[in-house]
Amino acid sequence: MSLLMPETGLVFWMLLAFGIVFFILAKFGWPIITGMVEKRSVFINDSVKAAEEANKQLENIKIETAAILANAQQEQMKILNEASELRNQIIQEAKENAIVESQKIIENAKRQIQLEKEKSLEAMKNQIAELSLDIVEKVLRADLQKDKSQSEMIEKLLNEITLN
Amino acid sequence: MNKKFFTILLLLFVCLGLWANEKESTPKVDVKSVIFDHISDAYEWHITTIGEKHITIPLPIIVYGETNGFKVFMSSQLHHHDSYCGYQYGAKEGKYAGKIVELNARGEEVRPWDFSLTKNAVAIIINCILLAVVILWVASWYKKKPMEAPKGFRGALEMLIMSIQDDLIKPCIGKDYRKYSPYLLTAFFFIFFNNLMGLIPLFPGGANTTGNIAVTLVLALFTFFAVNIFGTKEYWKEILWPDVPIWMKAIPLMPIIELFGIFTKPFALMIRLFANIMAGHSIVLGLTCLVFITASMGAAVCAGMTFVSVFFTIFMDCLELLVAYIQAYVFTMLSSVFIGLSKVEHHS
Repeated sequence: MSLLMPETGLVFWMLLAFGIVFFILAKFGWPIITGMVEKRSVFINDSVKAAEEANKQLENIKIETAAILANAQQEQMKILNEASELRNQIIQEAKENAIVESQKIIENAKRQIQLEKEKSLEAMKNQIAELSLDIVEKVLRADLQKDKSQSEMIEKLLNEITLN
Repeated sequence: MNKKFFTILLLLFVCLGLWANEKESTPKVDVKSVIFDHISDAYEWHITTIGEKHITIPLPIIVYGETNGFKVFMSSQLHHHDSYCGYQYGAKEGKYAGKIVELNARGEEVRPWDFSLTKNAVAIIINCILLAVVILWVASWYKKKPMEAPKGFRGALEMLIMSIQDDLIKPCIGKDYRKYSPYLLTAFFFIFFNNLMGLIPLFPGGANTTGNIAVTLVLALFTFFAVNIFGTKEYWKEILWPDVPIWMKAIPLMPIIELFGIFTKPFALMIRLFANIMAGHSIVLGLTCLVFITASMGAAVCAGMTFVSVFFTIFMDCLELLVAYIQAYVFTMLSSVFIGLSKVEHHS
């Protein structure tokens, strides 16, 4: 059967053609294509990993910001509380101070009044003493003049005293 | 729509049948020679015959004979003359029917060294150029756009290339598959392209290249060398001194069987690809020939059989498309498996 006998000529051409194509493609064809595809797949894998990492970091950042915000709020609350406490304290202190001060003032006033009172009493005493002396003097003088007029005089002087 | 289409098709077949029936005087079709002429090689590329006129592309004949020396001439020269420079076609009944022969001093037919660019040789060269252009075009695209994913034809080709490399070559060969992957990819695409081109009935296609034993012989030889040149020590040890009882090695039964196996593996590769593609071409041709065989059996028979013939030819062509891929795949797979077997490491 001629079909089953390989022809030398065809074997030669086939060897030549296939050999050349094999050489060309092995050098400039397959390695470039497969190499690029592999490079690309590596690149894609890396990119996916990087994206995942970035997502994770983003998540972390979100958590961190939330924590920072919460902290800040707490801080704010604390500061506000402290401020109100301080205010209350200041008011309280002021009140206390005011009370103490007013007490002092009152006391002072009282003391002043007392002093004035004492002074006035002293003055009154002096006046009374003077007046009595005057009266005594006048009485003594009138007594020396008339009896009737003496009693009138005393009465008049007494009236004067009460009026004074 | 479909019904209309089929009615028109059927009517066409009936007309064809009637027309063929009228021309009953035309000589009977020799199916065997039609098929054999197609599946075997030729010195010219026959395209079609209109009436008595053959439309062929003449191809160069390159021969070196002991009597007539080195000669290069176009095959059309042998149409005009019975012989050219002492070279002629072998006698139809002889050993060398359809081949170029020269007559030696005793008048016997002798085959010269024949390096003619026959139909199959030209088809192989065309397909090789096509393959190289397509792959280099794709590769140049990758060079230009390194990190881009290809679309369309390039994408399909990438998928095919990577599926062959990653799903076939890699698991079959193992860790140093990179060394072999260029050869196996070239073999796969060479077979695949040639199979597909063989299915196209018009000029650049239609040659039965992968169904020619010389072509499959060369492919099998490449695999043979790929397997045996780079085989590991363990591989040769398993062939020459396998782990079997000593008496089987004393009479070197196992080594002989194993040595024989070295040659049967590529031989099987050669035969299976050749036989599959040749059979596919034969069946398609045989089915097509049904039309012409039944032409003399009356219009009704011919119309019916034409319908059957066209239906089955389309079916077979679709099947051959599948076979084109499968055979290329199987050749590559078996080659990778054989290479993988030659890379065995010492197992503990």
